[in-house]
Amino acid sequence: MQNIMTIFKKEFKAYFLSPIAYVFITVYLVVTNFLFFQGFFIINQADMRGYFGLLPWIFLFFVPAITMRSWAEEKKVKTLELLLTWPVSDVEVVAGKFLASFCFLGLSILLSLTIPVTIAILGNPDLGPVAGGYLGALLMGAAYLAIGLWVSSLTENQIVAFIVGVVVTFVMFIVGSPFVTMAAPSRLVPVLTYIGLGSHFDSIGRGVIDSRDIVYYLSVISFFLFLNVRSLESRKWE
Amino acid sequence: MSSSNDSIMLEVKNLSKSFGPVRAIRDLNFQVNRGEVFGFLGPNGAGKTTTMRIVTCFMPATSGTVMVDGMPTLEREMDVRRKIGYLPESTPLYNDMKVDEYLTFIGEIRGLRAAALRSRLDEMYAVCGLTKMTGRLIGKLSKGYRQRVGLAQAMLHNPDLLILDEPTSGLDPNQIVEIRQLIKNLGTRKTVIYCSHILSEVSATCSRILIINEGSIVASGTPDELMSRSGRGNRYLARIRADRPRVEPVLAAIPGVSSAGVKSSADGWHVIEIMTSENADIGERIFKQVVDNGWSLAELRHETASLEDVFTQLTRG
Repeated sequence: MQNIMTIFKKEFKAYFLSPIAYVFITVYLVVTNFLFFQGFFIINQADMRGYFGLLPWIFLFFVPAITMRSWAEEKKVKTLELLLTWPVSDVEVVAGKFLASFCFLGLSILLSLTIPVTIAILGNPDLGPVAGGYLGALLMGAAYLAIGLWVSSLTENQIVAFIVGVVVTFVMFIVGSPFVTMAAPSRLVPVLTYIGLGSHFDSIGRGVIDSRDIVYYLSVISFFLFLNVRSLESRKWE
Repeated sequence: MSSSNDSIMLEVKNLSKSFGPVRAIRDLNFQVNRGEVFGFLGPNGAGKTTTMRIVTCFMPATSGTVMVDGMPTLEREMDVRRKIGYLPESTPLYNDMKVDEYLTFIGEIRGLRAAALRSRLDEMYAVCGLTKMTGRLIGKLSKGYRQRVGLAQAMLHNPDLLILDEPTSGLDPNQIVEIRQLIKNLGTRKTVIYCSHILSEVSATCSRILIINEGSIVASGTPDELMSRSGRGNRYLARIRADRPRVEPVLAAIPGVSSAGVKSSADGWHVIEIMTSENADIGERIFKQVVDNGWSLAELRHETASLEDVFTQLTRG
């Protein structure tokens, strides 16, 4: 636990040691606020449904940008070779890095809370769906992060990590959407809908917090973190 | 445990490692005693780094065992890691951290806290000459200072076994001397394994040397032992004014000489290379022969086989 905290602190601080964090947060806030307020006054409704509808697509590009560096840079600069000889287990390092990226994403989301605050001032929104939407955003974001981290552990090139991260996340997102399920054999439809990252987000976003959705996200996160640990262990394979 | 085992810091037994069809190291056996500076030598690609990666628990061996301070690396991985300080080749560091940030992080990873961490950090800054650099970004440091940060990283938790992989590569001659001195000082208190492909480097600092090539041990011993084991005998170079046809047979007939040959001639002077069969001191005999034959001697030089010769001889196969 102590080790996870040490790694977490170092990794979280590392985001702010380069300008990337500031650029990232700024762009994230500008884009989300712009996309939200663009339609807000026209529709003239005090809800955030449109906003949460866009969020999976915004995350698609932003989350892999958070994680692309995590392992790829360590591999490229060869610090991984040193990191993995310290008295820290592979699991602890993965957990520390994941927590750090999660807190960074959480911070970005926290700063975007100006949107619901504005809505609450201007109108009288139903807070259930808004709270649900944010919970869903955190869970979905965490799942994206786990995918992004795993992809980053497969390469030493950040750009490759970013692009492959976007692609893998996109595939995980799209398999459950009507676009795919319409064309898929009917027997596969429930499976695909379950696997897809998006459908669970939609139901949480409606304000319905179902334990199945939460279990789904936690399993996706665990699965990709597990793959991440395995990919670190691959150095030990023949 | 018998007392003889307590003096062994690292014990490598029948160690082999394959990467697919490539056998990086084959059946290595060696021991490093407590408190010695041990030179681990070989040309690039000989398997030095692979061996060190196994010892530091970065990856397991295909077969064989490694014991650090009596503990097997596989079963007691974390305990072994705590005993070791490691500086890999190329000194990987987090470039966007400051020196003190980085070393504080290392200290925490090593389980040092508060006052203990503070005092170790101050000691490392002093030992490694980093006191003025603590606030600098690692990425902006010169190669020499990076190396010191790397060394501080390896020594911060006061490890029993210090493994340095090519610690002087890329440094200028002054820095090399400094780092060498630092390692020599350490060697009085710690066990140090010093990997290098530069022989003079190792012979200047190490009490014992192991030479590996293509994954196998080709020689081991003290620098002196290795030199005398070269089996090459000594070489004399003499510049003599003499009549060409006679000089070679006369010199070759001196007891202890295995061969004598003219290497170059100019204005009646011949530079002659005389090889001895064993470590015979034949300078005087050469001189006598020259006098007896009425020749003139302008130069007589005695060359012992250098460690470099031993190294190339052993590793060229």
